[in-house]
Amino acid sequence: MDLSYSAEDLAFRDEVRAYLAENLPKHMTDAVRAGGELTKEVIEEWHAILNRRGWLATIWPKEFGGPGWTPVQKHIFEEECCRAYAPRIVPFGLNMLGPVLITFGSKEQQEHYLPRILDGTDWWCQGYSEPGAGSDLASLKTKAERDGDEWVINGQKTWTTLGQHADWIFCLCRTDPDAKQQEGISFILVDMNTPGIEVRPIKLIEGGYEVNEIFFTDVRVPVGNLVGQENKGWTIAKFLLTHERTGIAGVGFSIQALEEVKSIARKTMRGGRPLIDDPLFAARIAQAEIDLEAMKITNLRMLFKAQEQGAPGPETSLLKIKGTVINQELKDLARRALGPAAAPFPGHVTEGNLMFGPPDTEHNAARYFNNRKTSIFGGSNEIQRNIVTKTMLEL
Amino acid sequence: MDFNLTEDRQMLADTLGRFLGEQYPVEHRIKVAYDAPYHDPALWDQLVELGALYALAPEDAGGMGGTGFDISVVFEALGKTLCPEPVLGALMASRLLAAAGADLEALLTGATKYAVGITEIDAPYELDQIATVATAKGDGFALSGRKSTVYGGQVADVVLVAAKHGDGLGVFAVQAADANVTGYGMMDGGGAAEVLLDDTPATLVMANAEAALEDALNAGIVALCAEAVGAMDVAHWTTVEYFKQRKQFGVPIGKFQVLQHRAVDMLTEIEQARSIVIKAAAELGGDDAAKYASMAKNMIGRAARLVAEESIQMHGGIAMTWEYAVSHYAKRLIMLDAQLGDTDYHLSQVMKGYAA
Repeated sequence: MDLSYSAEDLAFRDEVRAYLAENLPKHMTDAVRAGGELTKEVIEEWHAILNRRGWLATIWPKEFGGPGWTPVQKHIFEEECCRAYAPRIVPFGLNMLGPVLITFGSKEQQEHYLPRILDGTDWWCQGYSEPGAGSDLASLKTKAERDGDEWVINGQKTWTTLGQHADWIFCLCRTDPDAKQQEGISFILVDMNTPGIEVRPIKLIEGGYEVNEIFFTDVRVPVGNLVGQENKGWTIAKFLLTHERTGIAGVGFSIQALEEVKSIARKTMRGGRPLIDDPLFAARIAQAEIDLEAMKITNLRMLFKAQEQGAPGPETSLLKIKGTVINQELKDLARRALGPAAAPFPGHVTEGNLMFGPPDTEHNAARYFNNRKTSIFGGSNEIQRNIVTKTMLEL
Repeated sequence: MDFNLTEDRQMLADTLGRFLGEQYPVEHRIKVAYDAPYHDPALWDQLVELGALYALAPEDAGGMGGTGFDISVVFEALGKTLCPEPVLGALMASRLLAAAGADLEALLTGATKYAVGITEIDAPYELDQIATVATAKGDGFALSGRKSTVYGGQVADVVLVAAKHGDGLGVFAVQAADANVTGYGMMDGGGAAEVLLDDTPATLVMANAEAALEDALNAGIVALCAEAVGAMDVAHWTTVEYFKQRKQFGVPIGKFQVLQHRAVDMLTEIEQARSIVIKAAAELGGDDAAKYASMAKNMIGRAARLVAEESIQMHGGIAMTWEYAVSHYAKRLIMLDAQLGDTDYHLSQVMKGYAA
């Protein structure tokens, strides 16, 4: 066994580090450090910077404009981006639809949509979940009926992340109402400017706005917007969900979160000494750090396996379960370390107004609440356990 | 990056696995582990012949391995069969002897059985609290004190004892015949001893031995952690197999989601434990060995307890019986937490790095 990166991988890491040091603007790292929501402009600016270097579509093959990285290189890139406090890449066009089109799309679809994802012409969102179909996707009800050269779509999608910025949405729709649950579903691309689409914001637990409900009333799209075969959308959905789960251990973000907990606990005083010197609190941090240390290796083991076998396996579900739990624990510790200083609603008490508590912690409690989502989205952790039960325990 | 075992180690794992699988079926193990001398001397000889001890010692000390990965391959195989042979003492003694530049031949050929006495009742894990004292006497030394729970001490020919020597700690060789050794069987099988030293003659192996003792402890921790991973693996998969056999309300209990999810959580923790042991094995002998050994031992303590308790609970009454193997796996998994530093002790070791 050899846990170290190869010389090539280390050289690659240095290259990424140097690039980030030179090209990642300070206003972006400041915004990421502060922990609030990022604006569309900031995200698009970052996408454009990466695209100029050919590092935006990290999981696309070379012939479609990806960098052609190995799983390990992709992991190194993500870890370095986290370390540098770069904005997170919005995954819907790049990491979800892109691989779907590359695998299932027609040549025309690939030629039309892929370059527009890269250059930022189209911002995509995901139309999977419905009010009655979350992790249980197969019960979705949104209908697409064939009428001549068009699909006519009726129904409702929900939890559509950043859909308020989107130009296009990729949807799972029921195209054969008589077929069994997983049969009769198709994968269809819809222009958000089509008449009959209504986007309603959902205000989240921490007061933020990142998800939406989307209503479809007699929305007509060309038949050519179908990806892959009619009624075979389930295959695409499963393919996409496995892709969604890679990198979902969020190791880089947890490393960031651990640093933040320690930094807060060093600056916060309790009983006349820094909180980090309190054995009870330090023990909680240490326990989380040990779990994270193990997760770093678990993550590398899975990457190594993926690299050897070519595709991520059901182990990604274990990563998702444990990675999200560790990250949530760290966010919880950060919030608790602040104590009453975490109380103000973001924006109510700020520098220039009045500030208390350590700096960079204004959004801390909000982040804790927002982050409860990670064990729910991408297939809830309970659904991941069902997957592992079937695939690994064979029960 | 490469998480595959080297060919040599894979071969060692296969050979040991086959040998232990054939020679140490659980019925045999249960018998020898609870009857004096609490192991099987004939099988110990065979284990030695297979080269298991050579794999634990570095080449320049006469062995053929001695890295963290060699150690974990051997001990994971021992853990899978709950093998009670006194290999841990041999491993830790070989680290101490090698550090002192002493001859390892008698140890590696199995001619002399070694145990290591560090633990005391009031200093189960802490080197700086050791009370046993060495005083110069004639050409050699005399030791006074009590070494407690000396694993493998019930059959050791020589006990390597950590004792205060001048301002630091020394390691001394005590012939078991010269000391007051009370051997006993352990709750989880295998044997240990209380070693009473009262002006007992001893020879100095190494003065200023803190670093060597630390290294021996780290190696022992990697070994125990790997043993636990092997034992957890068996307990978990035995439980999953049982899910398919046992019926309740007319269906195999493995169809119940509440049990499925608990089994997945066990698997997740075992994979995490395996990861941190790989990390600790990789760091053994390096500057951060103690930190990662502590991380591993802490996580093993938590994961092993989860797997032990959940395996019993999900089996129901059957795992409460002496006859059923899972009960013995559970006992080993619980009891090894107290060996060489428990979960809380090692957590406190990790916290020491946090000082503001």
